[in-house]
Amino acid sequence: MPSDIVIPVSNPAEAAAGQTGLWRVFKPVIDKGKCVRCWVCALYCMEDVIDEGPDGYPVVDYEFCKGCGICANECPTKAIDMVPEVRE
Amino acid sequence: MAKTVMDLRRGPKYVLPGSAACPGCGAQIALKWVLKILEGRAIFVIPACCTSVIQGPYPKSAFKFPVYNMAFAAAASTASGMARALRAMGEEDIHVVAWAGDGGTYDIGLQALSGAAERNEDMIYICYDNEAYMNTGIQRSGATPPKAWTKTTPTGKAEMKKNMALIVAAHGVPYVATASIGYPADFLKKLKKAKQMRGFRYIQIFAPCPTGWNFPVDKTVEIAKLAVDTYVWPLFEVEHGKLKITVKPRRRPLKDYVSLQKRFRHLTDADIEELERTFLSRWEALERLEAQGTIFL
Ligand SMILES: Cc1ncc(C[n+]2csc(CCOP(=O)(O)OP(=O)(O)O)c2C)c(N)n1
Ligand SMILES: [Mg+2]
Repeated sequence: MPSDIVIPVSNPAEAAAGQTGLWRVFKPVIDKGKCVRCWVCALYCMEDVIDEGPDGYPVVDYEFCKGCGICANECPTKAIDMVPEVRE
Repeated sequence: MAKTVMDLRRGPKYVLPGSAACPGCGAQIALKWVLKILEGRAIFVIPACCTSVIQGPYPKSAFKFPVYNMAFAAAASTASGMARALRAMGEEDIHVVAWAGDGGTYDIGLQALSGAAERNEDMIYICYDNEAYMNTGIQRSGATPPKAWTKTTPTGKAEMKKNMALIVAAHGVPYVATASIGYPADFLKKLKKAKQMRGFRYIQIFAPCPTGWNFPVDKTVEIAKLAVDTYVWPLFEVEHGKLKITVKPRRRPLKDYVSLQKRFRHLTDADIEELERTFLSRWEALERLEAQGTIFL
């Protein structure tokens, strides 16, 4: 290949499109009293931001969660509430 | 190795948090699952489509796997060359995946796709079907269902949706399947099967788009399930020419599906009935093909 041809290469990084948590209008809040740790929320999480916390329950990474609410809609025990986001 | 559906939530992240996908994007759920099933051992060829936007602007990428961005029409031809080169170099266990939208598959990429299928190139071609050209602002494609609103079908599409999976199957390729993010177990089974095979494998994944179909962003998975349950998106596979319907749900009224999406809001009850008959006759045609045994050689 001629040496003057430059192929632009992007490198993998979190926040490729910024702190997408700022897009959120509603925030998923998990009620551990109702959660049966079935992990359906994490299975369907489009942003892959629901992981297992130290206590074995799901935790949401709010830095990137876009607040779509699929987790709350799919949760079989209705353990996730979508609450309006309040920012200072 | 992803053994059960719940493994699709675990393991390394290949689609990194902070992508440019819209909230509620069905395509990104499909992409996340496919990467976990392939364990990142794949090179992706991605033509112009939403996914090339989802990855994020240069110089960052939300995708932690090799991606080659290609012109709109050329996913399958690029992947053909890549697969040949890898195999010539003795690299046998890296999958080459062409990942294209419905526009890039049913329409503009069809010629390259047909050529690659005919040559039985060693790739997995995945079409994520959001039923329109979404990246450029919701124009109709050959995958848009009849009567659906798009910006270029303001009173509803007059034509049918192409039987794309059967068109590919008619090439006589080893494996063709439809899948849905609403049926993860069926999805996993098909991707695992494709992963173990060689030659041209085609998977067409139903990927609801809240932005283009105009439904609440939390309904993506619910709508994907409903599409299967109302016979809008039959789940089947064609393995070595034999068709099998892999999920046979108890049929629900089409109204349950269309009433959630504003792209169908102009439909009268009579329209919905007509559409329901259309989908039902397509389903019955599939049943007849299933009963026939080997349909494509
Ligand atoms: C030859 C050519 N024509 C048109 C375009 C503009 N274009 C880019 S993406 C796109 C639509 C892609 O639709 P689809 O393949 O369904 O993927 P989606 O955006 O829906 O994910 C179009 C028309 C282009 N990039 N190249
Ligand atoms: Mg599309």
